[in-house]
Amino acid sequence: MVRVQTEDFDIAALYQALRSDARNAGGIATFTGLVREFYEPEDEGRVDAVRSLFLEHYPGMTEKALADIETQARERWDVLACQVVHRVGELHAGEQIVYVGVASTHRGDAFAAAEFIMDYLKTRAPFWKKQQSGEQSEWIESRASDELARARWETRS
Amino acid sequence: MLTLHYFASLRETLGVEQETLTLPTPGMSVAELIDHLVSLHGASREALLDTTRVLVAVDQTIVERDHALQGGEEVAFFPPMTGG
Repeated sequence: MVRVQTEDFDIAALYQALRSDARNAGGIATFTGLVREFYEPEDEGRVDAVRSLFLEHYPGMTEKALADIETQARERWDVLACQVVHRVGELHAGEQIVYVGVASTHRGDAFAAAEFIMDYLKTRAPFWKKQQSGEQSEWIESRASDELARARWETRS
Repeated sequence: MLTLHYFASLRETLGVEQETLTLPTPGMSVAELIDHLVSLHGASREALLDTTRVLVAVDQTIVERDHALQGGEEVAFFPPMTGG
């Protein structure tokens, strides 16, 4: 299940839905990403207090890319049920931005599939963050560490 | 007719969000399309030439610059993604 939405999400409700969808699950791994209060651009040695973020996306391709990432995770691990929720639009510091939930027979597959989905989502799904701090707004630069986190899945099982 | 879309910082740098274009030659590659856009619009589109800062999707799937176009596709240009 993939959802792209402006409104906030309720992780308790998502967890209950995952539990009832996944019969005979031995474990559920969930991850929730939040809007950080401070942003440190890579290699610039400064810290910005974040007022808000604007999340732009590519409607149509976003849903397709997320569904494709979910399919890859299902091919690779024992995934009984899976949820990906990503918010778009204006978000304030401390707000929830992304959620991934994976139910599996065993914890190893649940943890790995959830981490794989997050690593691919950050570098392969068409979302872009524009940060507002004080009166300044700037597009957040992609991080080499995010691409490295994704690339390591190509060589490990 | 191609539909071209531009997103995020690239949309702001180029000052264009969406446009349509007739592909001059069917089978033209994405790299040739970019050269064509630069020759049509001049320096204002040169940002598209940066292969590390600009990703290209054709019909909503990321492609390399040698991808061949037929003429009816949706082509999108955007910077590396920063979601999550």
